[in-house]
Amino acid sequence: MLELKNINKTFNKGTPNAKQALHDLSIHFRPGDFVSIIGSNGAGKSTVFNAIGGSFLVDSGHIVLDGQDITFMPEYKRAVHIGRLFQDPLRGTAPNMTIEENMAMVYLRSNKARSIFGISSKERDFFRSKLQELGLGLEDRLKSKVGLLSGGQRQALTLLMATMTTPKVLLLDEHTAALDPATADKVLELTQNIVKAGNITTLMITHNISSALALGNRTVMMNNGSVILDISGDERDRMTVPELLELFKEKSHTTLDDDRILLTND
Amino acid sequence: MTLTLFQGTLEQGLIYSLVAIGLFLSFRILDIADLTVDGGFTLGCATSAIATLAGHPFLGLGLALIAGSLAGVVTALLQTKMKVQPILAGIITMTALYSINLMIMDNRANLPLLKCETIYSWAAGFLPEDYSKIILLAVIVLLVVLAVFIFLRSGTGLAVRATGDNPDLVRSSSINPHNTITIGLCIANAIVALSGALLAQYQLFAEITTGTGMVVIGLASLIMGEAIIGRGGILRCLIGCLVGSAIYRLIIAIAITSSMQPSNLKLVSAIIVALSISWPAIKEKLEIQKLKRAAGK
Repeated sequence: MLELKNINKTFNKGTPNAKQALHDLSIHFRPGDFVSIIGSNGAGKSTVFNAIGGSFLVDSGHIVLDGQDITFMPEYKRAVHIGRLFQDPLRGTAPNMTIEENMAMVYLRSNKARSIFGISSKERDFFRSKLQELGLGLEDRLKSKVGLLSGGQRQALTLLMATMTTPKVLLLDEHTAALDPATADKVLELTQNIVKAGNITTLMITHNISSALALGNRTVMMNNGSVILDISGDERDRMTVPELLELFKEKSHTTLDDDRILLTND
Repeated sequence: MTLTLFQGTLEQGLIYSLVAIGLFLSFRILDIADLTVDGGFTLGCATSAIATLAGHPFLGLGLALIAGSLAGVVTALLQTKMKVQPILAGIITMTALYSINLMIMDNRANLPLLKCETIYSWAAGFLPEDYSKIILLAVIVLLVVLAVFIFLRSGTGLAVRATGDNPDLVRSSSINPHNTITIGLCIANAIVALSGALLAQYQLFAEITTGTGMVVIGLASLIMGEAIIGRGGILRCLIGCLVGSAIYRLIIAIAITSSMQPSNLKLVSAIIVALSISWPAIKEKLEIQKLKRAAGK
């Protein structure tokens, strides 16, 4: 489905600040995989997402999505097949446009030949039914500006917009980290429902180790720009949080160093 | 103020409202301070004047639209593909346009259009004579307002609006923001050039310096309109452009009839724009002072 082959990326190349963020990284994601990605600060988790999403071009290696080599494809073209959510709930929506305008805008991705006279009532009904699935009451606020919504509502809307036309890959970069715990749970639950309904191949970066093990079917651990652990199936089902941390120590010869990491079951 | 003067003020208000609408597109919708306007306005004047001299006043309007949109495309290419800072991109185009405008005007700083057939003399042929200009201008401006309104609600229009609001969203909707910026600036400058074209035939001359300071005048109209009408929906903003522009022309008319030097008006415009854009910052400072005083008691 999504394959990364020998990816290398160095930032600030040729200066004293040069940092190799991705180190000959190769990994293959199967169709329908829900992969949680964990690792220390600076392990290269977000860098992998930026490489897949096309925020920059990689120095060497290949990225193949569904048989198509997208290594040099510009970011906006990749977006047809790749949905992305960021930690910042403000990043995925336009605050001065209404909810329905935001949705119509993203809906253009699949529906190029729409009426030139604003949003049709058919589209509006479709948006309303989609919003209903969120269960946040947004279906009654189609004409509200998105800037008036809370962070959690905006993130839920972004999730809906990113998956309105089913993407081949969904990249979630700590998309619940900036939300309060109750809202985070709600958004995570919505994420699971939507991913399951569309059988979307999903990669999720998280700092919550227990949810990294609880969610999805595969867990990948990164360190220094490489994958150091990749578990799924029985091995993963049996894994506990302390065991995972011990394994990390063994593989990387350091402890999992991240002040934001959550170890406990909450 | 006499009725004739008042009517003339309204006519000019209609003509210049197109500049405010163009700036609404670039400054408010795209969030780009587009200085192409100074040169683009004169470009509209020049093309319109040349075509009018040749006996084709309507062709003049069409040519102005095309020339204006080309100027917008140049500015857009400079800032998207060539990575020139947006303000500098506008200044570069504006500077180049000065020479191009002179070339169009056959290297003359002033082109009189006396005794030429214009769109206004055409309208006077079948409309009540006293009101023919204002009716013609109102129809043209309403058509522009309607076109802009429909455009901004269309799919492409939504993408252009999102570009100024959140370019990340545009990219993630699989639309190239470079294209939306180009479309937006193209339309904005076409409308500004149309305004210049209407003015040249209205005042029966084109002058190389007409566009100087037009950005600030347009912004002053836009901001005054917003202050009066508010910044709700798109239609509201567009109506604000009309109202703001009319009020600006009214202030000028009053200044001219009183003893004030009309040349001081650009200073007044600059102060209006500077104050209104910095108003949030000024307000914040005042509130902090207030809090400090309250805490001191």
